[in-house]
Amino acid sequence: MSYIIDRRLNAKKKSTVNRQRFLRRYKKHIKRAVEEAVNTRSIRDIDQGGEVSIPTKDISEPIFHHGNGGVRQRVFPGNKEFVVGDEIKRPEGGGGGGSGQGKASNQGEGEDEFTFQINQDEFLDFMFEDLELPNMIKKQLRDATSFEVRRAGFTSVGSPDKLNVVRSLRAANARRIALSGKERRKIRELKAEIKTLEGLLPNSDAVNQINALNEEIKALNKRIKRMPFIDEFDLKYNNLVRTPVPSSKAVMFCVMDVSGSMTQSIKDIAKRFFILLYLFLTRNYKRIEVVFVRHHTHAKEVDEEEFFYSRETGGTIVSSALNLSADIIRDRYPPGDWNIYVAQASDGDNWDGDSHICREVLEQRILPLVQYFAYVEITTGPHQNLWLEYEQIRDKFGETFAMQTIVEPGDIYPVFRKLFEKKE
Amino acid sequence: MKKREPISTGSEWTFELIQKYDQEIARVAEHYGLDTYPNQIEVITSEQMMDAYSSVGMPLNYNHWSFGKQFVTTEQQYKRGQMGLAYEIVINSNPCISYLMEENTMTMQALVIAHACYGHNSFFKGNYLFRTWTDASAIIDYLLFAKNYIAKCEERHGVDAVEQMLDSCHALMNYGVNRYLRPQPVTPEEEKNRLLDREEYIQRHLNQLWNTIPKKDLIKEKKAPRFPKDPEENLLYFIEKNAPLLEPWQREIVRIVRKIAQYYYPQRQTQVMNEGWACFWHYTLLHHLHDEGLVTDGFIMEFLHSHTSVIYQPPFDSPYFNGINPYALGYGMMRDIRRICETPTDEDYQWFPDIAGSDWNETLQHAMRNYKDESFILQYLSPHMIRELKLFTITDNSTLSTMQVSAIHDEEGYQKVRENLAASYNIGNREPNIQIYNVNVRGDRSLTLRHYMHNEQPLGDDTDEVLKHLHRLWGFDVHLESVSPEGEIIDAIHCPPRPHTEEVA
Repeated sequence: MSYIIDRRLNAKKKSTVNRQRFLRRYKKHIKRAVEEAVNTRSIRDIDQGGEVSIPTKDISEPIFHHGNGGVRQRVFPGNKEFVVGDEIKRPEGGGGGGSGQGKASNQGEGEDEFTFQINQDEFLDFMFEDLELPNMIKKQLRDATSFEVRRAGFTSVGSPDKLNVVRSLRAANARRIALSGKERRKIRELKAEIKTLEGLLPNSDAVNQINALNEEIKALNKRIKRMPFIDEFDLKYNNLVRTPVPSSKAVMFCVMDVSGSMTQSIKDIAKRFFILLYLFLTRNYKRIEVVFVRHHTHAKEVDEEEFFYSRETGGTIVSSALNLSADIIRDRYPPGDWNIYVAQASDGDNWDGDSHICREVLEQRILPLVQYFAYVEITTGPHQNLWLEYEQIRDKFGETFAMQTIVEPGDIYPVFRKLFEKKE
Repeated sequence: MKKREPISTGSEWTFELIQKYDQEIARVAEHYGLDTYPNQIEVITSEQMMDAYSSVGMPLNYNHWSFGKQFVTTEQQYKRGQMGLAYEIVINSNPCISYLMEENTMTMQALVIAHACYGHNSFFKGNYLFRTWTDASAIIDYLLFAKNYIAKCEERHGVDAVEQMLDSCHALMNYGVNRYLRPQPVTPEEEKNRLLDREEYIQRHLNQLWNTIPKKDLIKEKKAPRFPKDPEENLLYFIEKNAPLLEPWQREIVRIVRKIAQYYYPQRQTQVMNEGWACFWHYTLLHHLHDEGLVTDGFIMEFLHSHTSVIYQPPFDSPYFNGINPYALGYGMMRDIRRICETPTDEDYQWFPDIAGSDWNETLQHAMRNYKDESFILQYLSPHMIRELKLFTITDNSTLSTMQVSAIHDEEGYQKVRENLAASYNIGNREPNIQIYNVNVRGDRSLTLRHYMHNEQPLGDDTDEVLKHLHRLWGFDVHLESVSPEGEIIDAIHCPPRPHTEEVA
């Protein structure tokens, strides 16, 4: 007799622990693979998790096995034209015995790369590990354009249109009860006294006393009556607060200098910075658009591929990009509907006569419209006039404008954090 | 035979149907005299199947990164569609546990029941290697013990320490088996009770071993007896008993890995037979049901579709060629034995005078019980089978510039091909023969191993790495000498590596 058991509801993921152990063991390799992926992948897909490849030889488990050489006799199926004595060349490719090892090692002839899947969280963990990323997701957005009015209990100050009648009257009633306590106790005592005196009737002395007491009760009642029915103090108003509701749409402008002075490694740093910003936004908005604006002496809106990987030479006029961004905002992203973020990366080079124009464009056309403008300068050299101009803007628009210098990839996250830290 | 109503006609399975199929298959299996452990059939999802896959088919196992690696590979291949999951996993235990996958059709479930629950199951119960080396009733309990023990070690000594230990043991796992001794069956309860005693005993024993107060140096160093007296082929056993520096818990881990290696030892030697036997019986059992009219023609067509793809042997020059398919070879040979019994030709009478024309079922049962792959092929691979698979031998002598075709499927070649093929299933030939030769008890405690070379084949390039693991376990220097059949030391590897002074030695 056989037992048939339905195990489908049993715990799945039994291998989770083993898998974690594996990831832990090959952390270094995986990190390298993730870094490569970051550099080759599109910003929009960056947090998808994905495939990771590490060299097979790094993770093989060694066992004793025969190496090449010696005499071996192997039997194959499917003979077509061989007869005894035929001579065959050894298969090409270094290890003629590559397939010969198949028996000894269970790896057999395999791919050189060991490829597997990691999920989004793991991918991000690995990606940001050297950026020392804390739990960024918890961060709330400081600024949000649209507000929602929500009830938040009651207050004692407010405008008449928010008056809550029931609450106010209840408060008045409570006040009256509270403040008249002494009088009412007195009245109760007097009434009790009258009761005892009534027992002594028709004693004339008692009658007088009763009358006096009644007078007293009347006076007390009058005092109670004199208490105001409603007081300023009783008024209760509905408390409505405006809570910020992040609008569900955001647009992110990536502005980058692609002039000759920007090397690929600078661009890679910039890309990681843009990725961080993108991820930050994805935690807060349902829908995100990314606009890539690159510039040398004039600016152009491009797709991502071109943005990161095409090379231009020539001078640098930053204001061209700022103007183009402003135009795009005006035409396509009305600030009422969109949360606008601009991230600009550059090595700090700009044509001398242009930097003050940049400041004007920023101050007049861009900063009033955007949530946040972050400028990173990726350079090891001294700051140039663009930085100096921007410093003036920072002093003026500390709320929405931030700027930092990045020297090497390790700086990206700290800088990002500084840029987005809560300002009191 | 009177036609009956088929058990089912659709492709959907239900538990009632599985039970009915199982009953019918059990009835037919009994008719053919298959002796099995009771069956425990478990229905699982594909995810669970992947889990089972990656813990080497065991329903529970200790944690180790290599299983994670296996899992990740399986998952990746499965998701990419590079491979389907196996239809079944069956565990040599009592009761015999087989997994059915939820996604399979009714036909596939029936196929798996026939294949695993009656084919493999009867093989586990009948084959001499399994009877000798494994204790089906205790394995699950033992694994549970191992899992808990190792988890406890991780708590006490840290995951890394345990992982290192396991890595080293895994590297030597294939050398952790006894080939010629019957291990005493020990229940997990006894195992636990004896644990403390053993730890204590080993420590005491060890102290004695090392406590060699030099007596008057009358005996010359050369004549000093070797330790161990006879070479030891079970490296892990030797380590467990004799490694001077291991802590008791480390010894126990060595022991666990060794025990599990021993459990798998028969499976590694009977793959062709085991799969051949199971395929032969699923084919026979389901066709019997079809003859009785219990399954429909559609059922049998679907069944044949899977069956033929399982037993397909691509020729050596096909892109799908990946060695000899054990299913194809095993199944082909089982069928062939039946053919030799039922309709023998003159050639069969000449080659197999003892079985030609005999009762096929009895002959097959006998073969199943008393052989392993190597001897099975040596005994039963017929010229007919060699022709059918068009087998040929290539001799690859690394001293020559080309490889030679040394035998093909013709009159002169049959015997040779058969011997060559059988030899390739001999674990002794497949794996380097490495044994513990000596311990320098009075000196630096270094451990010397000897690799007895087979056909002049050197060791592979992993050897250094494995020696590092061995060195970790032993704690002192490790030497590995490759010895030719004439007893001449041809090559030596040392861990830690020696500067080039080998000529002196």
